[in-house]
Amino acid sequence: MYLFGYRLPGMSSLILWGALWELIGQAKITFFIPPLSKVLSTLYEVLGTSAFQNALKETAYAFCFGVFYAVVIGITVGILMGKNRLIDELLLPWVNVFLSAPLTALVPVLMVLFGFGMKSIIITTSLFAVWIIILNTRAGVKQINRSLVEMATSFGATPLKAFVKIYFWAALPEILGGVRIGIIRAVKGVIIGQLLISIVGFGALFELYSANFLMSHFWAVLIVLFALAFSISEFLAYLERRVSYYATKR
Amino acid sequence: MSQIKNSDEDVQNMEKPIAVSVQNISKNYEDVEALKNMSLNFPKGELTSLLGPSGCGKTTLLKIIAGLLEPSSGSVSVNGRQVTGPGADRAFVFQDFALMPWASVLQNVSFGLEMRGMNKNERESIAQNYIEEVGLQGFENSFPHELSGGMRQRVGLARALAVDADVLLMDEPFSAVDEQTRRKFQEDLLQLVANKNKTFIFVTHSIEEAVYVSDQIAILLPRPSRVSEIIRPSNFRAKGVDAIRRDPEYLDIVDNIWNSLRSYVE
Repeated sequence: MYLFGYRLPGMSSLILWGALWELIGQAKITFFIPPLSKVLSTLYEVLGTSAFQNALKETAYAFCFGVFYAVVIGITVGILMGKNRLIDELLLPWVNVFLSAPLTALVPVLMVLFGFGMKSIIITTSLFAVWIIILNTRAGVKQINRSLVEMATSFGATPLKAFVKIYFWAALPEILGGVRIGIIRAVKGVIIGQLLISIVGFGALFELYSANFLMSHFWAVLIVLFALAFSISEFLAYLERRVSYYATKR
Repeated sequence: MSQIKNSDEDVQNMEKPIAVSVQNISKNYEDVEALKNMSLNFPKGELTSLLGPSGCGKTTLLKIIAGLLEPSSGSVSVNGRQVTGPGADRAFVFQDFALMPWASVLQNVSFGLEMRGMNKNERESIAQNYIEEVGLQGFENSFPHELSGGMRQRVGLARALAVDADVLLMDEPFSAVDEQTRRKFQEDLLQLVANKNKTFIFVTHSIEEAVYVSDQIAILLPRPSRVSEIIRPSNFRAKGVDAIRRDPEYLDIVDNIWNSLRSYVE
């Protein structure tokens, strides 16, 4: 964007919003919004504390495993649904139900089934991410060029080789789109899991800070979380752009 | 019209061994009869065209020979062996090229060899030879979307040649390329048939193309699908590629085929 003939760098609107935040904070309108400068200096302090680093470690652990299971299960089930009519008919209603269901309501059930530990948090994370990955992968496989499948068959590809060499690659642009949205949902899932199941990780920090009205701490952790989720999503969007050159030419 | 014989005589006069034999093939899609009791022989080392109006089942027949479709009844044998599915003795060239858009020319050409479990170095050096043979040297690392339609089909052809199958199955391979490229392809195809000692089965819509490239032309007619006629041009191709399109026999055959097909074209 250009302003008075000067080219503005990307996301420069954030400066405006940051200034507005600072003004509201300085005006002491509400304790809920401390000035941005204070939040940032708290952020710097918080980053060094062991409480934060432990929270980051625990959250990253649950998040990585949750996303890993969601991606592996999501892509496999999505490809199977896209390839096989019977599996598709059996699973599609459930996938659609869970995609739009308020999964938070299911978390207490997970606690009963899997206990109050890390296992339940990981499952919650996967549960938030997996459905959109399944649906996108399925859509990617459905639009695959028939003659590409025939080509693989005619050159003697076994079903497994066709799966790995043709279906996966043909659906990759859609798969990456699904994984990107799934990962954003997984961030939600891991925090909700940590808040509802056992108070650990970032969930514990949020609980601690908001209960003690440490608002600048609260905002600092929230900014870190937003930044992490945003970076991951942008990285995946970059990968998506790299493979999209062939998305229109299958 | 001495060069046009009916199919019964033709089978008796056949002096070359049969590479592919189609016996009493029928194919039904639910209650639609795509092919009905079709029998046809493909002599070794020759190019046979399957020619006919749309809906005559020529692509269906080709895919049954390829093992991509299963016939409802009847059998196909290649070099005396019964066809039960795709096999190493046949390679397919697709109308829409069927190249993997995410893979380079080299990877596309070596795909068939990769499926046979050949290691990377070996298959890529073989693929390299065939890329050069079809005139694509310098494009090994290009991607399909960077190539013209004609070049893409050269990749498809190189991929089929690389597996060194006895029988090449070509499904309207030149229909998606422009007229000038198509003429060049037809000339190259004659070279290929002459030099490779492979059996070619060639599906086409174009009467001129069929007469130009074929040793034997099977005219297929629809409703119900059947082989109506088998034409074996005498050797006007021996007079050289430049003379074919002016040869009286070539022109007569083209006219005759059009006369027999005319009533089937809506």
